[in-house]
Amino acid sequence: MNFQVEDRGLQYTGAARIEGSLVFVERVRDVGYDELVEICDPAGHRRLGRVLDISDMHAVVQVLEGTTGLASGTLRARFLGESFRLPVSRDMLGRVFDGLGRPLDGGPPPLSGDRRDVNGLPINPVARRYPREFIQTGLSAIDGMNALVRGQKLPIFSGNGLPHDRVSAQIVRQARLLEEQVEFSMVFAGLGVKHDVAQYFIRNFEDSGARARVALFLSLADAPSVERLLTPRVALTVAEHLAFDCGQHVLVLITDMTNYCESLREVGTARGEIPGRKGYPGYLYSDLASLYERAGRIEGSPGSITQVAILTMPSDDISHPVPDLTGYITEGQIVLDRDLFQRGVYPPIAGLPSLSRLMKDGVGPGYTRDDHAPLASQLFACYAYVKRVRALAVVIGEEELSALDKLYLKFGEAFEQRFLNQGEYENRPVATTLDLGWDALALLPRDELHRVSAALLAQHYRQAHG
Amino acid sequence: MKTPTPIVTRINGPIVTADGMGGAQMYEVVQVGELGLVGEVIRLVGERATIQVYEDTTMLKPGAAVRGTGAPLSVWLGPGLVGNIYDGIQRPLPVIQARSGAWIRRGEKVDPLDTTKRWAFEPLLATGAAVQPGQALGQVQETPLVRHKIMLPPDVAGTLHSIVAPGEYTLLDVLAVVETAAGPREVTMLQRWPVRQPRPIRERLRIAGPLITGQRIIDTLFPLGKGGAAAIAGGFGTGKTITQHQLAKWSDAEIILFIGCGERGNEMTEVLREFPELKDPHSGRPLMERTILIANTSNMPVAAREVSIYTGITLAEYYRDQGFHVAVFADSTSRWAETLRELAARLEEMPAEEGFPATLPTRLAQFYERGGAVTTLAGERASVSIVGAVSPPGGDFSEPVTQHTRRFIRCFWALDTELANARHYPSIHWLHSYSEYTEDVGAWWAQQAPDWSGLRTEVITLLQREDRLQQIVRLVGPDVLPEAQRLILFVAEIVKDGFLAQSAFDEKDAYCAPARQVALLRMILMLYRRGRDLIEAGVPLARIRALACVPHLLRAKAAFGNDELAGLAELEGRLQAELAALAQEAPPP
Repeated sequence: MNFQVEDRGLQYTGAARIEGSLVFVERVRDVGYDELVEICDPAGHRRLGRVLDISDMHAVVQVLEGTTGLASGTLRARFLGESFRLPVSRDMLGRVFDGLGRPLDGGPPPLSGDRRDVNGLPINPVARRYPREFIQTGLSAIDGMNALVRGQKLPIFSGNGLPHDRVSAQIVRQARLLEEQVEFSMVFAGLGVKHDVAQYFIRNFEDSGARARVALFLSLADAPSVERLLTPRVALTVAEHLAFDCGQHVLVLITDMTNYCESLREVGTARGEIPGRKGYPGYLYSDLASLYERAGRIEGSPGSITQVAILTMPSDDISHPVPDLTGYITEGQIVLDRDLFQRGVYPPIAGLPSLSRLMKDGVGPGYTRDDHAPLASQLFACYAYVKRVRALAVVIGEEELSALDKLYLKFGEAFEQRFLNQGEYENRPVATTLDLGWDALALLPRDELHRVSAALLAQHYRQAHG
Repeated sequence: MKTPTPIVTRINGPIVTADGMGGAQMYEVVQVGELGLVGEVIRLVGERATIQVYEDTTMLKPGAAVRGTGAPLSVWLGPGLVGNIYDGIQRPLPVIQARSGAWIRRGEKVDPLDTTKRWAFEPLLATGAAVQPGQALGQVQETPLVRHKIMLPPDVAGTLHSIVAPGEYTLLDVLAVVETAAGPREVTMLQRWPVRQPRPIRERLRIAGPLITGQRIIDTLFPLGKGGAAAIAGGFGTGKTITQHQLAKWSDAEIILFIGCGERGNEMTEVLREFPELKDPHSGRPLMERTILIANTSNMPVAAREVSIYTGITLAEYYRDQGFHVAVFADSTSRWAETLRELAARLEEMPAEEGFPATLPTRLAQFYERGGAVTTLAGERASVSIVGAVSPPGGDFSEPVTQHTRRFIRCFWALDTELANARHYPSIHWLHSYSEYTEDVGAWWAQQAPDWSGLRTEVITLLQREDRLQQIVRLVGPDVLPEAQRLILFVAEIVKDGFLAQSAFDEKDAYCAPARQVALLRMILMLYRRGRDLIEAGVPLARIRALACVPHLLRAKAAFGNDELAGLAELEGRLQAELAALAQEAPPP
């Protein structure tokens, strides 16, 4: 196996201290920061670890596969002389790996001489290509209002019990570019999710015939939690190889980032670090950025990495550090809404807090349709007003609303039931989505629509009421 | 006495400890390990130094050599800065790309400026002249927009012993020799300056005149003075970055410094792709010809993010010293503050509020105080204006970075999530924002439009009254309000949609010249005043609402460009005529 090189590095016996996932090895020599370590328990089982802090006195080793069963007197630590590297190859598509990139499907390890540092390198901003190509997901709530473009990182903010798995599986099934018939390669990283969730995705990939185009990396709920810190890096390293060396368009799906952050907090606490908000380490932002920023396009390569990360907001709180910091890094967010879900709207994508920052450059003339951006802006404005009318209706009763406000309520209903709502296997072309948007707006008087030009109104607005 | 070779003894992320550093100075730049990773000494205890390393320290080992450079972290100053894009420690990113491709590897050593390029130098002084620090020896046309003055360094004064003839010279060629009290000094186009030290000035001045940004809610309601400091604060998705980009594009500063510290890579790419194509509304030249970018994106090393703010402000001061009005945009100062927190935690310092070091307010103050309107050493009036973006966690303005920032700035633009959700941009909230520069810029506006100050007060009062009325409306609905109060609601909607909201992507409206701002506002408030009179005379609000001009009023901002004021005047005339016709119909009192 690739990183179980037998006769490399010095071996030390015994540790001064074992605490949580950390092992303190004393009097080490010639050991580097972030170096890979192999820890051997008395029974001879090997586990991987890495150096978190190194001085001339001792090394702090984080054991990625847990410290259960290790004894300070008898453990053996071998320092492997390099940081964590992963052999990458195109053949990894269609395979299943564990959280550290070792085959789980019984197949042989991928053959490759190309071993990459899983931490990657920052992309030079000058070398980036600005993402512009519209990806049609077939979901009106996304295509119409929060369009995804190739090379974007757009997370899904969800809550426990909400159908984020179904929504993301549908995105993965349906995502395609408008003009080209290019199919996405996919990299799936499961972090701390349950077996049945992983099975759900695998089945989905199989049903849609995409199985051979997906590389899966699973660090499931029963795997040691520190392993999760490397899993997204392993997955993204493979994605970078596929995108920028092999020129493929890669869609990376990571679920669930909240579990990743929890692991980070666990390790931080074990090291006695000064905690930031809610006990998460102060470097949570930088750490998350080192993952999310590994999306995009670069000059001189036809490939791209588009990231869809799912995270569950603890008690649906969008100001919780995990969704909050994520929202500051990613290029927008798709927010799932419990209220819509309970009213039976699928996908329950919240109209207002969802946002795609790159939409402005990926839609409109040359990409989708001229009316796309103004229409979306008008829908947002009207739907925001609907929310105000509904709040008012709760207080004074629907009957007391003005005639105009009642029209807005009708519009809101149509928008949710006919525009947002769709079948789990319904793949709407973007033109249909836009027409549905105009159908909903037709319930409102023409004078209410300030955000679309008179020319567009003349072309698309068909009065429905009165 | 033999000094021990300095070696690394401990590595903890970007913080490295080294022994045998007895000769080192605080903030001295050192090179660590075989790759020569760049770092800075931030603590000295006896022979032991703590070093903050600006690059990734993976596989650095205890025992690695440390080499001092004897100098604090300094930037290169000279022609060639404008139009360039640097990382946090002034390494030019295009050169790095040419050298090692799309990824930034460690240990890249690149000169910040091209020392082989020849610049056409035109001397402004003759041999024998008495020269003062900061005085211009000559000039170089750096870009079509920037005439770069080659100044004497701040510590050089005396008599000009010799100066070269007009011609093409490189940055390192000696242009002049000055006979100083301490002997002859050679002067080149290139100067170096330590980033953590403010450049000297003659005196600070009162702010007189606004930094015109072309954004209505800013220029008219919450203006920033030239040389002032503002903060733009808001949770994620409220449009901080787009607003910052708008300001960087359209503000009437002569040099723009955009510091992207700890933000998205694609945003910097967007600036890079867009600025060369966009035209400055004042000169018609590409915006890139007056812009310097510092990009230390969120995935680039944390310590370099800490210093990127200082790198940027030092470059800004250098252009200020040449007599330019400079504007600095820092996106985002919260990410910068977080690096202070992260580094302090690694140094095991005692934390203050929310884990931030106790020095946070001092550091913020030091940064914002480097802005200001000044008389330069050469006696010219110049300024550095600073706009810092603040990204409060959860959009909560009571957190330490927002709170401390508000102590050191005088203009606060509060972005509002609800406005952003309704896609009302810029989502600057009119009741939560403020500017203390209104007095300072009043005289300038009075020359442009004598009624500016009155209109401004009137519209703010109107919006405040509307907010109070909305509280009632939320309880009982709008129908119970008297007509006069519903007029306020009606006009406030027009103010919000037709004046305050401004699309960054609309060709005609992205930049709104001062004259057009006032014309739009004047027309809307005219409707309010005349409407009030009509309602008093018994005309129902519905008749005013139904006027043919009202929809045009809402679209006027995008229908008439900055050079189509005649069209606006014509619309105002029509509106007046319609209102007059209504008054005719009014029943006698």
